[in-house]
Amino acid sequence: MSRRFLPPFASETSRRAVLAGGMAAIGLVTLRPARAEPDDMVRAIREFTGGIEPRAGKVTLDIAPLVENGNAVSFEVLVDHPMRPDDHVREIALFTDKNPLPDVAVFRLTPHMGKAHVVCRMRLATTQHVTAVARLTDGSFWADRREVIVTIAACTEE
Amino acid sequence: MATAMILLPRTTIRAGDVVMIKAMISHPMETGFRRTDTGGEIPRNIIRQFSCRYAGEIVFSCNFHPAIAANPFLSFPVLAARSGPLEFVWRGDNGFLHREQAMLQVAAS
Repeated sequence: MSRRFLPPFASETSRRAVLAGGMAAIGLVTLRPARAEPDDMVRAIREFTGGIEPRAGKVTLDIAPLVENGNAVSFEVLVDHPMRPDDHVREIALFTDKNPLPDVAVFRLTPHMGKAHVVCRMRLATTQHVTAVARLTDGSFWADRREVIVTIAACTEE
Repeated sequence: MATAMILLPRTTIRAGDVVMIKAMISHPMETGFRRTDTGGEIPRNIIRQFSCRYAGEIVFSCNFHPAIAANPFLSFPVLAARSGPLEFVWRGDNGFLHREQAMLQVAAS
């Protein structure tokens, strides 16, 4: 309330401080990804892809960015790719980096579906990343990853 | 006994339509990571597999891990071709097996 009676330079200084802090925070964030992925999820994804690094694109993982209850978190995976007999999405697998196990589910798709689309519900033990990886008939892998903030955990509580 | 529910759209379905199917089953999906008040392990009891056939042909199937929520819910599309039965099978720990059937009615175009 009283802030607006402060001389302009004072608020300017504090704004600069905030900006500087913000820049530092961005610096930290950009440095993080190299070690942000715990090994288990990386290993599970590698096992699924046979060592191939999935590319970003085609896959959309739709999941709430913040959930109150980790016991049943709805998610939806859509792959922007045709479902023709000779060229389609074969599998979609879901992985997490902080659940007791990295694997969530593997969905096997066929051209009889007409569209590569799956909706399901999962458990999230804590705030973490969820990765959806799609395997196409041409042997390529595509992925999307989202962070979900969880306020009530699942899996291990009584 | 498990209870399963299959939901098909109520609108008229024509050949070539992509129809979203919903399938839900009652199951605790006990993760195997929980303990009782006295510290004893609660053994894992989950559904491991699900499959859906349309007129005898496999359309969609999946493998579940303990991270799938209790009372597993699935929704997925089926490309309507002709009227035919949809058969759903869930298999899991402790010999769990549940089958469900629904009819996909495809209107003559």
